[in-house]
Parts: sequence; structure tokens; C-alpha cells
Amino acid sequence: MQVQVLSARFDIPDANRIEVAKQHGAYATLDKVFAMQPEEIIELVKASGLRGRGGAGFPTGLKWSFLPKNIDKPVYLAVNSDESEPATFKDRYILVRDPHMLIEGIIICCYAIKSHAAYIYIRGEYTTQVKVLQAAIDEAYAAGYLGDSVAGQDFKLDVTVHRGAGAYVCGEETALLESIEGRKGQPRSKPPFPAVEGLYGCPTIINNVQSIGSLPFILANGPEAYKAFGTEKSPGTHLFGISGLVKKPGMYELPLGLPILEVIEKVAGGMRDGRRLKGVIPGGSSTPVLTPEEAQTVTLDYESMAAHKTMFGSGGIVVLDDTVDMVKLVENLIYFYHHESCGQCTPCREGLGWMLKIVKKIIRGEGTTADIDLLTELCDNIEMKTVCVLSAACTMSTRSYLNKFRHEFEAYVTGGAPAQAAM
Amino acid sequence: MSDRSQLIETGKPFTFDAQRDAEFERLVKRYPTRESLILPSLWLVQEQEGWISAEAMAYIADRIGTFASMVYEAATFYTMYNLQPKGKNHICVCRTLSCYLLGKQEIVDYLRQELGIKPGEVSADGQYSLEEVECLGHCGTAPVVQVNGEFYEDMNVTKLKELLATLK
Repeated sequence: MQVQVLSARFDIPDANRIEVAKQHGAYATLDKVFAMQPEEIIELVKASGLRGRGGAGFPTGLKWSFLPKNIDKPVYLAVNSDESEPATFKDRYILVRDPHMLIEGIIICCYAIKSHAAYIYIRGEYTTQVKVLQAAIDEAYAAGYLGDSVAGQDFKLDVTVHRGAGAYVCGEETALLESIEGRKGQPRSKPPFPAVEGLYGCPTIINNVQSIGSLPFILANGPEAYKAFGTEKSPGTHLFGISGLVKKPGMYELPLGLPILEVIEKVAGGMRDGRRLKGVIPGGSSTPVLTPEEAQTVTLDYESMAAHKTMFGSGGIVVLDDTVDMVKLVENLIYFYHHESCGQCTPCREGLGWMLKIVKKIIRGEGTTADIDLLTELCDNIEMKTVCVLSAACTMSTRSYLNKFRHEFEAYVTGGAPAQAAM
Repeated sequence: MSDRSQLIETGKPFTFDAQRDAEFERLVKRYPTRESLILPSLWLVQEQEGWISAEAMAYIADRIGTFASMVYEAATFYTMYNLQPKGKNHICVCRTLSCYLLGKQEIVDYLRQELGIKPGEVSADGQYSLEEVECLGHCGTAPVVQVNGEFYEDMNVTKLKELLATLK
């Protein structure tokens, strides 16, 4: 089931070094790229069907085409390497195992969108990873792939790494821009959208590491080769991070569209001995949980996830077995979102705090049925009433546990033993 | 989480060392506004000193040519900036989702007992500090511990014992 498109150089020793990466094809697309017109590249990326791999799944080429035409301001690229959604750990592999694929992708993108400055926003916690990435960028400058004349062409490009410092919200694209501009990461109201008014008030494209990392393959092999993987509406491959209670957790590159349960069984080794599947978080902590029954018909693509009222998200799959106490899991998640709220909007700043207090009260055995309903009511009153979707990330997921595993919450309030063994 | 509202004064002026000074000057050319240097500068201070004092913040504001409040705002918002000295070995344990499912609590409990400190505290001898942090992006090899920036994956109490022995 596994494929090697983005991960083709991941297992080659020292592929983070430019001379090794080049022996295995890095930067080979650049001659072709500079022989094309920027608009042709945008059309080619559109034709590949590549969708944003940060979580929203918006078509990458279409996003680029939103840049205003004939502008006299600089255009910026911000590469989102914040990767902070719990259960997401895919971009890290690109940063460490094949940073030159990312740099080549940045060159392709910047040429296409006519940008001469790219910022890679990397989460602060990636301390060892940032060193590998910076070393690769230094090598690319020394080899003439970055700087005043990229690959000998009349094209200037600077790539600068900008480190975050521990704020999940900076993965939200306008919070990310605020952070590059030196402020706290508080999302901006939209419109204007970043493609029109982004970094420093200039047109800006924000793309995920994996989206950018997919470009060299698409340029080298053509959109049809990319579309040969995946489904019609969700083409290509994805780096899936499978974690939780399976035998072989890890990062696996797969074409989109595979049945989720088959992937858990065949790729991730299946459930631990004697354990039964209880739920699957399909695409990062914010995506609504699936019951084993629902998961039967789910495939790993954007359309199937939407049809099952959940989201593809970041491809971070978390497998939950019958030892998991869903109420305590929800407490863990609400704590996270409450902690990461930037504090700008009252429903999020205060509301997530109230949700945490109530779920803690339920776990202490002091809750009532009315408290379970109050949690649902809070979800309804917080969701979509804030500048960004951080609070919705918490409420959409929480609501899914409240709806699908309500009996576990009820077990706490009726004074009976929790539905499952303690963790 | 430790108090992020109070600045600590050292009583001594702060300046970048030669290496950080050179890095600051390299970055100046990379951004169209000087305010963009606030986060990178705070990192440079922390790399140099291990934490960020009131004097260092004043220095950054002065060096960049921006308001002290801008620097203060960023330093207090972003939780990775240490506003007080940490232990010689700063130990972070991921507390979120996959690490939670795979037994992060056992790791935290063991460290609390072994080091005699709670998350957010520094040991009396200054050797250790402990923090529970949000998702570190190593979910496939959970639970994960980070010591002075280095990642230790697939952790358990046995491996933790071995790790602590190397730190002493």
C-alpha cells in the first residue's frame, strides 16, 4: 500500500546533504521550471489537482491564482511548518530527511508567483530539525540555488527561517503572518485575505510544507503522473501519521483514497493484542471522532471524510482502543485548546475555560446530566463566533465525543464506575 | 505553567556576544521591517543566556528601535521564551493526545518523584527543571520527552532512568 513519491529520498543516508540529494535528483526540475512561464507553472499545478496539505485541502494552484495581477508590491511566500495540531508529525520528516525537496519546491513556487522572499515558519519546539533545515538552506545558497541568481538565472530568491516559540495558533495563516511581523500570534479578520493583503500588507501565499514538497515531483513527472495516485477529487499521495494504540505507529506515505480500517490493519499493524477498536480520530485532534461502525466505510480522502461528517485534516490518524476513557480524552483535548487560545475572542478565551471546568467536574463525579447538556450548549455558543477556527477545532471534536460516546459521560454523572478501565 | 507576567532584573547590562551579533546583522537584511526581528532576537538572547531578563528585553527594543512593550508582548505571549532561569537540564514532557494515550503520566510521575519538583518548577540546586508541554509533533514515537532541545522518543520509565543517569 505504501508508495514513495514525497518520501523517495527519506531512507537514503545523508539525503539532507545537498551532494547526496543531488545524486538522487534534487534540483533537477529547475531547468524545466525556468524554461516555462510562471503562469504555465500555476496551470500545471492546478492540473495536478494538488490540494493544500495543511488541513483545509484547498487547491494549491487555485490559491496561487488569487494573487492580484499587475501589482507593484512585493509578493511573499510563507511556508507553514508550524505543525502543531496534536497527532500531526508529517512535515518534520520532510524538514529532516529531505529539506532540499522543500527548498526546490519553494524555488518552483516563488518563480510561479513571482516572489523573491520566502519565510519558512517553523515551530519553536523543532529545535534539532531547524538546524538541519538551516544547514540545507546554507548549502543551497553556497551551491547557487538561492540568492541573487537562482541556478544561474535572472531570478533572485531569499529564504529565511523564522522560528515560532510555542504557540499552536500560529499555524493559522494570519496568526503566522502576525508572528513573522513580530507580534503575538492573534489571527486577523478576513477579508482581506492574505493573497491580497498578507505579510507587510503585501500579497502573500501561505502553503504547507508538504504542499510545497509535492511540487518537484509534479514538475518532474507531470500532473498526470501525480493524478495517477489517489482519487479523482483527491489526487496524489499524503504523508499519514498514524499514532495511538496500534502495533506499528509511524509515518507512512500512501495514495489518497484507501479504506481507513485496512490501513490501520495492514500498514499500522492493527490493534494491540486482545484489544478492540473503539474509535478513530481521522486527521488530527480537531477532527470529529469516528466510531468503528462509521470507520467501516471511510476512505482516506477529502470527500469520504466530509460524507462522514468529519475532516481529512492533516492526515494525523489516532487509533483508540477499548482501554481509552473518552471523557478523560476529551479533557486532555479541551485542556490543549484552552491553553493555546490566543485570548483575542471572548467565546474562545472564556468558553474553552468553562468547558474544561465542566468536564473536570464530571470526571470528579460531581457532574449532573445537565452538565453534559451544558457542554453541548457551550459548543454551540462558541463555534463560529470567533475570528479563527481554533475554538471550533475544540468544539467540533468535543461535540463528536458527546454525541457518539454520551454513555461514557453519563456513567460518570450517574455515579457508576467509568465506562472503561482507568488509563 | 510558570508565571509569565513578571520580568526579572539581573542588575547587569545585556549585550549580544559576537556570534549573536553577527546573526542579528544577517537577519536585519532579511526582513523589510525591524519589528520582525523581535522573535529572532528573543531566541538569540535565550540561546546565549538560557533565559530572557528585563535588561535583555530593553536591549532588544533599543537595538531594533521599537517599543519595549512590543518586545514584552512577544516575550510573554510565546511560552517557549523563558522569563526566568531554567534548570541546567530542562526537561519537557509532552502531555497531549498520543503521548497521553501511551502513558505520559507515568513519565511525569516518575520525574516528579525522582527530581522532587512539580512541572513548572526548578530544583533547588538548579540542576533540573520540569515542564509539561503541548504536542511536540512526535506522536508516532510517543511518549516523547525533550531535554535541552534534544528529543527522546518511545520513552518509558526504564529508558528514563538511563537518560537521567547520563544527565547527572
